[in-house]
Amino acid sequence: MSQKQLPQEFYQLMEELQAVDFVLVELTLYLDTHPDDTAAIQQFNDMAYYRHQLVPQIEQYYGPLQQFGNSYSGYPWNWNQSPWPWQI
Amino acid sequence: MWIYEKKLQYPVKVSTCNPMLAKFLIEQYGGADGELAAALRYLNQRYSIPDKVIGLLTDIGTEEFAHLEMIATMVYKLTKDATPEQMKAAGLGAHYANHDNALFYNNAAGVPWTASYIQAKGDPIADLYEDIAAEEKARATYQWLIDMSDDPDLNDGLKFLREREVVHSQRFREAVEILKEEQGKKKFY
Amino acid sequence: MKAGVIVKEFTQRKYYHPYVSPFDPCPPIRVKSYDTPPQLYLGFQPPGLPQYQPKQALYSGTLWPALFSPYDNPYERGGQS
Repeated sequence: MSQKQLPQEFYQLMEELQAVDFVLVELTLYLDTHPDDTAAIQQFNDMAYYRHQLVPQIEQYYGPLQQFGNSYSGYPWNWNQSPWPWQI
Repeated sequence: MWIYEKKLQYPVKVSTCNPMLAKFLIEQYGGADGELAAALRYLNQRYSIPDKVIGLLTDIGTEEFAHLEMIATMVYKLTKDATPEQMKAAGLGAHYANHDNALFYNNAAGVPWTASYIQAKGDPIADLYEDIAAEEKARATYQWLIDMSDDPDLNDGLKFLREREVVHSQRFREAVEILKEEQGKKKFY
Repeated sequence: MKAGVIVKEFTQRKYYHPYVSPFDPCPPIRVKSYDTPPQLYLGFQPPGLPQYQPKQALYSGTLWPALFSPYDNPYERGGQS
């Protein structure tokens, strides 16, 4: 159905987000067992802030990354317009 | 609730159309130590475990769904345009007869996923030891899959998934230590 | 492993010599091995361990080198399991 090809910039930004989100996953699991590590919490919050900067840049090319109001929609409803993660 | 994110956890790549590898990989989709079993095991155990480790079970359980999607992506790419002839030659004739190229939750031998793959004893130590064992078994499965695969791009993704088992096992081991400490406080010598 | 060296280096793989019968039908694999990755030794992770940069962390599968466990097909690595 959707035949929209994604530009090179998208793949670079997506890789960047995957790297940032991976650090966040690792810090999350670490903090689950180390809830008092101030430095790790600081790093977690810094990375979370950076993530929020990055997401709108990707959504410019790709449309919404999340649903249920965590991303904005263009017109028409654009959730299904770009290819899915297993397709790209 | 859960919110889906339209993104893979890791950039999965597959270099060859190789349905036979898909037949083996499905072990980690619908097998006893696969990602579906892992996700459901942890997310189910969290209702009856001390509060201190509920966050960890929730987060690892959630990450397992991201791994399930990675495995699905690998299987999807390995079989996407495979013809019935290619499926048959890869040992997936029986699968094709039932499912065409659709994915299904079964293991590499075609046995459908069952809830008896997972345990919930309600005893926090027993459950966490089960989780540690599950991570080690999944790590071993990834090793045997890497041993059989000659696709370097696919192996890159499988090595990522194997490493995640190592980290999850580490965190579950720490969770056991956290609970041991709690019990230790009430001990008299 | 070097002969004569008593202090063993930390390894993530251990080796053993299975019994070989003269009647074994398959050509014997004389040395077998198994993985012993870092989570078996680390204990409760201490705070402040060195970290990878984000991209290297992603491609290593962990943020901490102390938890990194490389794996390659052992049948290709040294011809032994």
